[in-house]
Amino acid sequence: MPSPAVRVRGLEKHYGALCALDGIDLDIGEGEFFALLGPNGAGKTTLISILAGLVRPTAGFAQVLGHDVQADYRQVRRLLGVVPQELVFDPFFTVRETLEFQSGYFGLARNEDWIDALLHHLGLADKADSNMRRLSGGMKRRVLVAQALVHKPPVIVLDEPTAGVDVELRQSLWAFIRDLNRQGHTILLTTHYLEEAETLCQRVAMLKAGRIVALDRTDNLLRSCGERHLRLRLAAADLPESLATRLVGRKGDEFILSLPDLDDLEPTLAALRMAGATVLDMGLDQPDLEDIFVRVMGQGTPTPSPSPARGRGALLESLSRPEGKR
Amino acid sequence: MTGFRTLLHKEVLRFWKVIWQTVAAPVLTALLYLLIFFHVLEGHVQVYPGVSYTAFLMPGLIMMAVLQNAFANGSSSLIQSKITGNLVFVLLAPLSYLEFFLAYLVAAMLRGLLVGTGVAAVGLLFADLPVAHFGWVLAFALASSAAFASVGIVAGIWADKFDHLAGVQNFVIMPLTFLSGVFYSIHSLPAFWQSVSHFNPVFYMIDGFRYGFFGQADTSPWLGLAVVAPSALVLGLLTLLLLRRGYKLRH
Repeated sequence: MPSPAVRVRGLEKHYGALCALDGIDLDIGEGEFFALLGPNGAGKTTLISILAGLVRPTAGFAQVLGHDVQADYRQVRRLLGVVPQELVFDPFFTVRETLEFQSGYFGLARNEDWIDALLHHLGLADKADSNMRRLSGGMKRRVLVAQALVHKPPVIVLDEPTAGVDVELRQSLWAFIRDLNRQGHTILLTTHYLEEAETLCQRVAMLKAGRIVALDRTDNLLRSCGERHLRLRLAAADLPESLATRLVGRKGDEFILSLPDLDDLEPTLAALRMAGATVLDMGLDQPDLEDIFVRVMGQGTPTPSPSPARGRGALLESLSRPEGKR
Repeated sequence: MTGFRTLLHKEVLRFWKVIWQTVAAPVLTALLYLLIFFHVLEGHVQVYPGVSYTAFLMPGLIMMAVLQNAFANGSSSLIQSKITGNLVFVLLAPLSYLEFFLAYLVAAMLRGLLVGTGVAAVGLLFADLPVAHFGWVLAFALASSAAFASVGIVAGIWADKFDHLAGVQNFVIMPLTFLSGVFYSIHSLPAFWQSVSHFNPVFYMIDGFRYGFFGQADTSPWLGLAVVAPSALVLGLLTLLLLRRGYKLRH
């Protein structure tokens, strides 16, 4: 069996009394588009920094494509492309010089063709000879992405790549990253924009206080953990008595019913038929990742070991039993 | 090797792009020293027989410039990269500790030697400078610049802000270089300060370097080399050890 793109076992990082990572176990498969979510200070950047060799773990180990991030650091760095969170740049050099130097650090003396391609894909071609200081924040962000990709790394780590980036760049950036993912690159992403993670990522891990509190396929998370809302417009002025317990609100002439589980849909419809109600219009509101995120983060101390939910994926028990919205 | 070459190229280009600050300014400072001492002391002071005071002064000024700039290059490059955060690009790359060290070391030595050459060039406007033993000149220039380049790298890694670095520069580097016989022979000092000077490694750097020009100095160049070469080696190994441990660079 081939090594996963990223394997992390029992990873801990303490800064004095502060525990940034408190026993992380995680596998990210090759070719996955994976999101690491969590509030500020949850440990996302620490985890990424350990993979990149910028931070040394207190306990546990991390591997990239089977190579230990510490013992085999040079190989791991060749396999990883990291876009740092901070908007950093070297004010002495132009965009092209920056990319040429970065190529050279990775042992690539002749990399002009790929540098030109990166400049083109990231919309930097006309800025190639501008000094880094003269670039706008968004442009600097693009250079950071290009720098991470000069050596065509199989595993790409993006630490909040779209923070403070305008819509146009965000979209073109994701189109480019998606393309790389289709070509087989593994993508590990942290972001505060949950809708980005929802549309882009196949799997999601949520971190809280240095622990993984949710880990599953994005669609499973959306399906299994969220409370859906059924919007109903009826010919009658009142809701059948049998459904009164489900009512959570009204919006104009619409009744809003809670459906903790999709299995609750059929009995609800049956109850409507039984009561002889005529449905004029209806709609089902899906939960989004943000709802789930808020609920997971709002819960108390996380249970350390994930347990399978509904037989697919590993999901926290606490997650699969929603206790009402927020 | 490409990694080392690239980092070296980047480090050299960094100071080259601001050559007025990094090379021209220290050469101008040395020129001012020469102007003043030439007019005030020339003809009044003779340290070695047959050597004018300005000529005597030149090797000291050259070496002082070499040392200060070798120190300044690595330290200011590293602290700037740390404060602006762009050191991360080097830290993310598969460069070995040795490549990292050698690139910063050689770039710092090159800047030191370049400034030293500049000081020698303007010095020749004031006095002729004989070269008795070029081998000694070169040996002391290389070993001394390497030692101070290492100190600069360590200081750059250690310092958290520019103040720290200025502290090292003002309270360690400047006293060590000024009190090392740049401007005088230690034989002109009282006995106590003469013996103190023998514990200052910079004294041997300047004295041995001066021997290379005049064929005479305060002590034997062999003794000087026996102090300076191991100092450079130990400082280099210490720097490498700190880099390996990730001191202040990798938490």
